[in-house]
Amino acid sequence: MTTDAPDTTTVEGASNDPRADATISLPDKVEMKKTREGFGRALVDLGQQDPRVVVLVGDLSESTMVHFFAERFPERFIQVGIAEQNMMCVAAGLAAMGKIPFLATYGAFASCRSADQMRVTVAYSNLNVKIGGAHGGISVGPDGATHQAMEEISIVRSIPNMSIVVPCDFWETYKATIAAAQHAGPVYIRFGREDVPVVTDKNTPFTFGKGEVFAEGRDLSIIACGVMVYEGLRAREILAQRGISARVVNLHTPKPLDRALIERCARETGAIITAEEHQVHGGLGGAVSEVVVQSTPVPMELVAVHDRFGQSGKPAELMDAFGLRAKDIIAAAERVLARKRRA
Amino acid sequence: MTPNTLSANDLAAGHARGRLAWSAERLTPKALEIRRDIITLLAKAQTGHSGGPLSSTELGTVLFFNELNVDPANPTWPERDFWHFSIGHVTPVIYSLMAERGYFPLKDLMKFRAFDGHAQGHPSKHDTPGIEVSAGSLGQGLSVCCGVAMAARIDRHPRRVYCVMGDGEQQEGQIWEASMFAAHYRLDNLCGIIDYNRKQIDGDVQDIMGIKPLADKWRSFNWNVIECPGHDIPELLKAFASAREHRGHPSVILAHTVMGQGVSYMADDYHWHGKPPKMDQAETALAELGTSYAEWSARLLAN
Repeated sequence: MTTDAPDTTTVEGASNDPRADATISLPDKVEMKKTREGFGRALVDLGQQDPRVVVLVGDLSESTMVHFFAERFPERFIQVGIAEQNMMCVAAGLAAMGKIPFLATYGAFASCRSADQMRVTVAYSNLNVKIGGAHGGISVGPDGATHQAMEEISIVRSIPNMSIVVPCDFWETYKATIAAAQHAGPVYIRFGREDVPVVTDKNTPFTFGKGEVFAEGRDLSIIACGVMVYEGLRAREILAQRGISARVVNLHTPKPLDRALIERCARETGAIITAEEHQVHGGLGGAVSEVVVQSTPVPMELVAVHDRFGQSGKPAELMDAFGLRAKDIIAAAERVLARKRRA
Repeated sequence: MTPNTLSANDLAAGHARGRLAWSAERLTPKALEIRRDIITLLAKAQTGHSGGPLSSTELGTVLFFNELNVDPANPTWPERDFWHFSIGHVTPVIYSLMAERGYFPLKDLMKFRAFDGHAQGHPSKHDTPGIEVSAGSLGQGLSVCCGVAMAARIDRHPRRVYCVMGDGEQQEGQIWEASMFAAHYRLDNLCGIIDYNRKQIDGDVQDIMGIKPLADKWRSFNWNVIECPGHDIPELLKAFASAREHRGHPSVILAHTVMGQGVSYMADDYHWHGKPPKMDQAETALAELGTSYAEWSARLLAN
């Protein structure tokens, strides 16, 4: 959404927030839903709209939720088995013949195991392959470090021609998947495993490559992607009680990056916190920093996973332990505002 | 996934209009010209691979001038066959075949690997008309061809798909992922060709990482395996025809070749895998091939 149309995206059931011109505010009880279901549902709708859409999977039909598509369009569903490198290149061949292939596997395999195939065959040829990377982030939980993909943004955005989108909830994953089909060129869609708070609705505008101001603020900007958008909105409410006005930006597309919005946040609020369920090196925080230091230097804090592997545990425990909560954004806000005052 | 339901007549008719279907009598002198192109462009560039391009000259010439249903003036002709060299480093033979077939002017060969030319060191879709998918990291091309063959299956299109691989490349695990995939889906519109020259950068394939028994490996993966002497044009013609007519399995042609074939001092010597001849060495090679650098570079530049 843009700030020009602030009133169209209020979550149903949310109270009107008198504190600021928030466009998305949190209801008392937030609906929880899986982002991967948004991916699976969107594929069915795409399959219906466009006969060029085909879906490939590496033995993970139900956990990536492409089984909905498989049931509806069996003649356009390709089971590749446990062979992600092959899958990436088979998708490339389909794309070379005018198909719009979506492949689905876990993000750890999509981004790392088949990185060379993504670089050489897909991206260098600029083929119209859509990569669905499920199970992104520490919130994958009990499966542990091997299955908690936290490097996708760094890897994918460093490859020319690639785009990457990190939607924040069920509805945005649905829209990002539709938008990926409409975008000419390879796109990586990163989504998670668990039920996560639904903060947008069916009608919330979504533009590929454009960030959205979800809530206005003056003192600092929280620029987040994925589930950290929700944590940012929660942090904003608590900061407001302390007299701090925080802007929350959903920057769902780390590449192509909405530079203008980042520069505007730096200019108008003078301090930026980035928040992502991803390694700190080269992720959303890195992408935003690259813009800020070259155009409008302001104090920044990066809320992310700091150069360590994950571990088994409940998703909530891990989000706490790895510093990916509203409280961590609030602590970062105190630090960044102290530096802003000194500047 | 639905099986192939196209009839033999549909397949033959759909695969005819863009074929040159040259005989061995015409292919033999064309292969000699391709070899001269390879040596000349390498001599000009003073960079690039010699060995593999010379071992795959005959199989490439038969593929381009007999077998392939393509329209070089219209590289995206919807009825076209799909061809792909998974061994991207053999660009000297790929570009020579393309130029001789009419994809781009012969003079472009004289800018091989040059900053101001389109002929990249490894094939680039972005740069060269007719290259449909970039290549250069070994082991990926057969998977690409599986995707193309699958697209034809979905569309009930008579397209045939040809993938040229190396024998050293058989060491890449992804080859076997793709091999399993093609057999599982019975992609009989897919034909692999292995330039079995027994050499790779570091030495003999069997010394570096043995691949034998290669034919048995492909057979056990449920492929139709065709072995033939890879510099024998009539035998190559028979092999391609046999692959084209086989139904129910993908086919692979094991073309037994010699690295550096056609140039006496390069033949069967792995040191020539990845380097070009110096100018005096090129003159020796071109003399063996019945021409000279001056004569053949002039021919290329004039076209």
